[in-house]
Amino acid sequence: MSIGEYIRESQVWKSIFRHPAPYDRRNRIVVMLTNFFLHLHPVSIKQQGIALSYTWCMGGITFFLFLVETITGVLLMFYYRPTLEWAFRDILSLRDVQTLGIMREIHRWGAHAMVITVWLHMYRVFLTGSYKPPREFNWVVGVILLVLTLLLSFTGYLLPWDQLAIWAITVGSNMAKATPFLGSEGPGYQLLNVGNYPLITPISDARFLLLGARNVGEETLNRFYILHCVAIPLVVATLIAIHFWRVRKDGGISQPL
Amino acid sequence: MLETHPDLTSDVIFGLGWLYTILFLMNIGWTLRAYNLKLENKFLSGLAGSHIPSASVWAIYSGVLMMTALAHFTGSASPESFVVRMPEFVKTGIDWFADPVRYFCLSIGLFVGVVMLRKQFVKPTVAWSLLNLSILFLGLSMTDYDFRLIVGKPDNVPIVGMLFILAFFTWLYFKRAVENDQRIKDGRPLVEQEKNDKILVWPDLVYSELICMIALTAFLVLWGIALQAPLEEPANAAATPNPSKAPWYFLGLQEMLVYFDPWLAGVVLPSLILVGLAVIPYIDFNKRGNGYYSYEERKFAVLTFLFGFLPLWVAMIVLGTFLRGPNWNVFGIYEYWDVHKLEAANNKNLSDFFWLYWPTGEMLGGMPKYNPQGGATEMVISILVREWLGIVLVLGYFMVSPIIMALTVFRKFYVKMGFIRYMVMANLLLWMAALPIKMVLRWTVSLKYIVAIPEYFFNI
Repeated sequence: MSIGEYIRESQVWKSIFRHPAPYDRRNRIVVMLTNFFLHLHPVSIKQQGIALSYTWCMGGITFFLFLVETITGVLLMFYYRPTLEWAFRDILSLRDVQTLGIMREIHRWGAHAMVITVWLHMYRVFLTGSYKPPREFNWVVGVILLVLTLLLSFTGYLLPWDQLAIWAITVGSNMAKATPFLGSEGPGYQLLNVGNYPLITPISDARFLLLGARNVGEETLNRFYILHCVAIPLVVATLIAIHFWRVRKDGGISQPL
Repeated sequence: MLETHPDLTSDVIFGLGWLYTILFLMNIGWTLRAYNLKLENKFLSGLAGSHIPSASVWAIYSGVLMMTALAHFTGSASPESFVVRMPEFVKTGIDWFADPVRYFCLSIGLFVGVVMLRKQFVKPTVAWSLLNLSILFLGLSMTDYDFRLIVGKPDNVPIVGMLFILAFFTWLYFKRAVENDQRIKDGRPLVEQEKNDKILVWPDLVYSELICMIALTAFLVLWGIALQAPLEEPANAAATPNPSKAPWYFLGLQEMLVYFDPWLAGVVLPSLILVGLAVIPYIDFNKRGNGYYSYEERKFAVLTFLFGFLPLWVAMIVLGTFLRGPNWNVFGIYEYWDVHKLEAANNKNLSDFFWLYWPTGEMLGGMPKYNPQGGATEMVISILVREWLGIVLVLGYFMVSPIIMALTVFRKFYVKMGFIRYMVMANLLLWMAALPIKMVLRWTVSLKYIVAIPEYFFNI
């Protein structure tokens, strides 16, 4: 009995893996059904459904990048404090001192790549007409995930707290000031009053809600940090689960009918 | 222009040597492909009257590339006298397009060209030649200091990469679609229906996924090592950079700010883009083209989507990223970002035209005015009279033109879609068309707002 066989026959191994090694056809089917991670996949699939020239693999790559961003993001959180005093200095030290500093590069480039791959995924799904029935709803989930990807990138953009960060967020969040009815410089905000008191002012409008202050400041940093690291990722993870589940329930990857 | 920075340095020349080496190796591979396929060069054989193998042409080209690469490696010591650089007249010619009008026309022209000439565009030789041209363009442009400055910004590097990737996938789409269209015409099975047996996910799919994950991890690590993430000066709320740019994927929206007020460009239009994307499956009643690449089967849907994505989204991002400089002026890619560059902005509202410039104003007794201390009703009526033409035009655009379209060009659509679905589609199309329409009005008659009610921040 070889060492490999000895390990695979042991009580510990068998308690973890619910199936024998996938060496024959039967066990290759069983492994897909009994492993938590693998059971996202079907057991068998049409050849064209995994042809790269058809799928472009962009959805899978986007998901993988989400995992990369989660792992590198958690590592970065060990070294980063979202306060005016420390945010910029912690990034400096990530660049110049910390051993794991390259995590920041991977995190940033991975984020750019994720925006691009999520667009390409949408491009492919559109061009193959895969949003058509019965996959309409999953396309809508995908559009929401696309928005959340952009918001993840947008909220993360502020965290280095350098000139690039605050001015990009200032330009972006100035738009909220112009929200119809809800922005203090938007059309129709004068219509929302209680008696003589205006409801919408620079300290109670949509932009204030986004920034937590009149201008991009410490409150904004804290707010964006929580959105970036906790709130949006939780929503995205949930929606990804639904997105994958629907891919399976709607008949797997699209094929000519 | 200040000549404080040389166009060429030893490092740049040496680096470009590597670029030409890579291009040389790529073309060696292509030459071998042409040799193995025994391709004939139709173009040259027509000229020379004999059968010239395509491989020989590519071999000569590869040889030139090799010599170019060697010239870069050996000539890097004296950058001043180095001759391989982008000619000035080409720079001037390309910078001529650094103008919103010409740039927009160019992007529309490219879009139409690709769609019309798709059958030529999808040929491997054409695609390969275009790839070579774009890499040569990039390489030669790198010999310009201002070009390097803007393209070499760390956050801009992914955008350059995206352009190549996007071009490739657009090419791949058209290649598959042209092939499938022909097959449907001939009554043959689709590409997607050939060699389509069921296979087991373990090992075929799970191993592909594993390989893909490893390759991507390696790619990201190498990218992280090669290029440092940007970090500028510490945040300073008192020092506004000029230009201040939003993150790159929002630059299409920032570009719209030139033509629309923030409530439209920053709130309404982005929301409508998202709503429009989400409702696509519910307004596209065409059952064909589900699950395979095709163009002829769903021309309208594909053209609308491609138009929205390529010229109106990606091209605007490119404009915002690479061409917009200080004071949001447009600069050529080889042009120095001069903070003092002046551009006359003398835009007029439609109500100005009506009351001040056209004879109508004089006939009706001049632009209506109201007493700021007077009542709100008086003010509102005065504003409505002042802006009546714009209000009528905008209401007509969104309410009357769908009806006209339903009776004419979209007659079949209306019958098949029903009232609600048709109205949603028509309004989304009109919103999408609003951007190019406003652009053209701005460029031709310097129109600022169609409806201008600054009193209520309501400008269209």
